[in-house]
Amino acid sequence: MIPAQFDYAAPETLEDAIRVLSEGGPEAKLLAGGHSLLPLMKLRLATPSLLVDLRKVPGLHGVHRDNGTWRIGALTPHAELEHTAELGLVARAAGTIADPQVRNRGTIGGSLAHGDPASDLPAVMLVTEASVTLRGPDGQRTVAATELFRDYMETAVGTAEVLTEVRLGAMDAWGFGYQKFNRRSEDWAMVAVSALVKQTGDVCEDVRIGLTNMGSVPLRAHAVEEALRGQAISAESIAQAAEHADEGTDPPADLNASSEYKRHLARVLCRRALAEAAGLK
Amino acid sequence: MSAVAEAPYVGREMRRKEDPRMITGRGRYIDDIAVPGTLWIAIVRSTEAHARIISIDKSAATGRNDVVAVLTGEDLAGDFAAPMAMVWSPPGVEIKTPEYWPVARGEVKHVGDPVAVVVGRDRYSVIDAAEHVVVEYEPKPVVVDPEKALEDGSPLVWEQFGTNRTHEWKVSGGDIDAALADADVVIEQRMVNHRTAGGAIETRGVLADPNGDKITLHSSTQIPHILRFVLSLLLGIDEDNLRVVAPDVGGGFGSKLQVYPEEVIAVALAKRLNRPVKWIETRSEAMMATHHGRDQIDYITLAANSDGTLTGCRARVVADLGAYQLLLTPFIPELGFPVMGGCYKIPAIDLTFEGVFTNKFCTDAIRGAGRPEATYWIELMMDKLADKLGMDPLELRRKNFIRKEEFPFTTALGITYDSGDYEGTLDRLLERLDLEAFRREQEELRARGIYRGVGFSTYVEVCGLAPSRAVGPQGVGLQAAFWESAMVRVHPSGSATVFTGASPHGQGHDTSFAQIAADRLGIDPQRIQVIHGDTDQGPWGWGTYGSRTISVGGEAVARAAIRVQDKAKEICAALLEAAPEDIELVDGKYRVRGSPDKFKTMAEISGAAHIPPQELPTDIEPGLEATAMYDPENFVFPFGAHACVVDVDAETGKVSVVRYIAVDDCGPPINPMLIDGQVHGGITHAIGQALYEQVVYDDEGQLVTGTFVDYAMPTAAELPSFETDRTVTPSPVNSLGVKGVGEAGTIAATPAVTAAVLDALAPLGVAWIDMPLTPRRVWEAISEAQNGGAQA
Ligand SMILES: Cc1cc2nc3c(=O)[nH]c(=O)nc-3n(C[C@H](O)[C@H](O)[C@H](O)COP(=O)(O)OP(=O)(O)OC[C@H]3O[C@@H](n4cnc5c(N)ncnc54)[C@H](O)[C@@H]3O)c2cc1C
Repeated sequence: MIPAQFDYAAPETLEDAIRVLSEGGPEAKLLAGGHSLLPLMKLRLATPSLLVDLRKVPGLHGVHRDNGTWRIGALTPHAELEHTAELGLVARAAGTIADPQVRNRGTIGGSLAHGDPASDLPAVMLVTEASVTLRGPDGQRTVAATELFRDYMETAVGTAEVLTEVRLGAMDAWGFGYQKFNRRSEDWAMVAVSALVKQTGDVCEDVRIGLTNMGSVPLRAHAVEEALRGQAISAESIAQAAEHADEGTDPPADLNASSEYKRHLARVLCRRALAEAAGLK
Repeated sequence: MSAVAEAPYVGREMRRKEDPRMITGRGRYIDDIAVPGTLWIAIVRSTEAHARIISIDKSAATGRNDVVAVLTGEDLAGDFAAPMAMVWSPPGVEIKTPEYWPVARGEVKHVGDPVAVVVGRDRYSVIDAAEHVVVEYEPKPVVVDPEKALEDGSPLVWEQFGTNRTHEWKVSGGDIDAALADADVVIEQRMVNHRTAGGAIETRGVLADPNGDKITLHSSTQIPHILRFVLSLLLGIDEDNLRVVAPDVGGGFGSKLQVYPEEVIAVALAKRLNRPVKWIETRSEAMMATHHGRDQIDYITLAANSDGTLTGCRARVVADLGAYQLLLTPFIPELGFPVMGGCYKIPAIDLTFEGVFTNKFCTDAIRGAGRPEATYWIELMMDKLADKLGMDPLELRRKNFIRKEEFPFTTALGITYDSGDYEGTLDRLLERLDLEAFRREQEELRARGIYRGVGFSTYVEVCGLAPSRAVGPQGVGLQAAFWESAMVRVHPSGSATVFTGASPHGQGHDTSFAQIAADRLGIDPQRIQVIHGDTDQGPWGWGTYGSRTISVGGEAVARAAIRVQDKAKEICAALLEAAPEDIELVDGKYRVRGSPDKFKTMAEISGAAHIPPQELPTDIEPGLEATAMYDPENFVFPFGAHACVVDVDAETGKVSVVRYIAVDDCGPPINPMLIDGQVHGGITHAIGQALYEQVVYDDEGQLVTGTFVDYAMPTAAELPSFETDRTVTPSPVNSLGVKGVGEAGTIAATPAVTAAVLDALAPLGVAWIDMPLTPRRVWEAISEAQNGGAQA
């Protein structure tokens, strides 16, 4: 568990961080909470030449609400999201990440930039239709969550870019449900399903379903959404819609699950997440 | 017992004396020990499961900064006097034992096999340099499945033997053929008891420190004395020139009951380079190069009459030993044989053990070592038999229990169980678990789609290694003995030190041994320090494992303390002008029987022992210390009754343990809190095996579970709050009446957990699932039972 040699810098402004990062070349890496990067380095699966630590950079921290929009600083740790109950689904999902130590260190920016399809927040960003702000040597751009996750641990964040902020709409009118399935409470999801449901009476006005670890990137289960949108919400309609949860997915088998098992889990968890979001028991 | 003070310390819930130090981070583990000028070692390990080494190019590594030497197996050939040791040679049975050198010569046999050693000035440099040692391999065919390894035409781990079968060992008693032929019912089951890891929180580590001709090896070990003895043979160094120190050891669970290549390498390099050398195992190395446990496939046959009376039991055990033989590798599957058959009267028992080589790391002792496997199969077979006979599984057990009044009871295998009250622990368990109420609740929950189940384990285990003649060279054939030693020294001002040959590493003997000595010396246990783990201090001893330390080491402490007490009485008698027989030890006072105000304290007596006053007769030797070596005349047989309650999410296959009740009987408790601690840990270990943990190699022999992400040890969040209780049935074997309890939970719990899951799933038609009962396996078993095949 001894990492390979690397240099370390802790710049004090965002501009310096971007400059040091881009001067460091493609082998330079940002360091946020370190809870994805450092384990990889200890196993020597990652061997960056330079770590640019963001901890002294001001203004990257905190949860703010502007009218109907949440602005979350990239360095905000999972624990803070967990304890901001008004964030609804985001708070729920953040509270399921690993254990308190990890939640105190790991950050939303790190989680999204890392792009591990088994992580909890990426799919939540899809269903909340979030976007991220990226700052690089050439300025600032906004990338929608749908464009952020490219492939397994590959994101749209450039090698010299800093993810500074996450924005998402306040989902006050939506019910939410989050179902994470893992073997131990501290584990990554074998499969997780996030659900948002907007109801008028018992009619499902709108619905969004996110799938975690059902492919190399987080996914939306559009077939479920289509099956339920506009329908009366009942245990039956939810169960029928949830049967589509794995449609179009091809989850890779791993130590704990075959592909079929993951698809089965997606259907079961989808039904449960929808029931939760719709307030059914 | 008259030799013990009134209001004894033994039996009290005393907090662990070692805890303040441990909890405040003042423990001293291998990596805390720093010696100036130390060189670090990194091991280059095989990435191949089986291969011929074509070449090793050291040049890039040798030239790096801070690298002192890069050495291969060939380079080190002259440094080792003998290959790694395996110490079981059962009379009349040959065990195939390949030469196993600390660093591979010519071929590698498993992933993680050491192929070269890098020595340098700091830890980072040597680990970096190790990546630059270029090893070229010619891969050879690999076998990982022990049953495939036994098939004709299988790849051979060791070609010179012409087979992967290491040995076959049999033991039987009674007429098994007749029993099976005459029985009304005969049931059979194949069970897999999979490979697990010890997972000690402190990985292994060594620091070898030469000084003149003498080398001190600090090692995170359970067996400092055995280690010194074996190292002296493997390295050709006299024992007087070797000192082994086990400082604080952060858990062992059997995985540090071993003599490892890295220990041999460190001493050899310290000698070769005349510099201190250090190696600290990484967690990744621990997963691949610290011995594993279990890994056997059991074929069990149980026979009974239609009224449930057991008539015979047969087991064939196929044990995957991995690529080499380490200290006790081939013996561990057999170790449980004395209790195979459990706590039941079975007139015919027939056991066959086959060992198999595969391209995996060695198995050896992990907590329970052979006995968890034995309990697993007999307890689950009892459930199956009950099912077959339409009997209540607990009634079936009661019918076959060895009864309280039948002890000592000699089994069909000629093993004598010392004492027991199996009905007593089961009755106590059922006082805590209202089974009728449970069954009603179970029905109601099922109606709501919640699958709750209960499983039982009424276990007996054998521990307290051991009567040396029973297990030694002419007995079972271990080239070892298993007595234990203690030296008790009372200091001039009346505090005391207990030296033990045992080597506790988390069990709390600093406290329990002090309690034992305190009662016998008449000193507060806070004034008694227990010293262990240093071959230069105190008497020789055999270490800590096999739940032996209280019943063997503790008894040695009691005996040595009684010797000191006898002498103290003699001195006291002289000082008070009384007869030694008239001195009694009451409440810390040595007083004259009948005249309670005529007394001396231990401080006064010890003062007189060290600085003799005129009235002390000259034929009383000065000083106040005594040594005892204790070789038990029998094993001890702890037992108990456990119940596990689980909920199974039948849709996802996830199992949650919702309640766990353990009633254990390990004789009179020395410190009930320590017993609870051991039971909690033991059960956790077993729940880990039953539901979560498995060492997995793929078909190419690559280790899949190389970290704690994949090797899924349960955490507190996965466990209920355990309910523990005890009954007390003293053992006649030792004066304390005690039996070991360090492994009991692990030995008891796997069948209770599995049985609970099977009970929960009975309405779905699931009859068997092999451990670990992971969500995926449970889901597949349910799908199969429901649809005759796993559903897409
Ligand atoms: C034991 C354990 C269990 C875990 N379980 C879970 C779990 O169940 N669910 C889950 O979602 N996660 C889990 N995690 C991961 C954890 O949430 C991480 O903290 C998170 O994924 C990464 O955040 P970080 O701040 O630690 O990022 P770091 O490790 O510091 O960085 C991760 C990557 O992102 C880059 N990066 C970081 N910040 C930025 C930024 N602002 N802009 C651009 N690039 C950036 C880094 O260069 C690096 O490549 C677990 C981690 C551990 C150690």
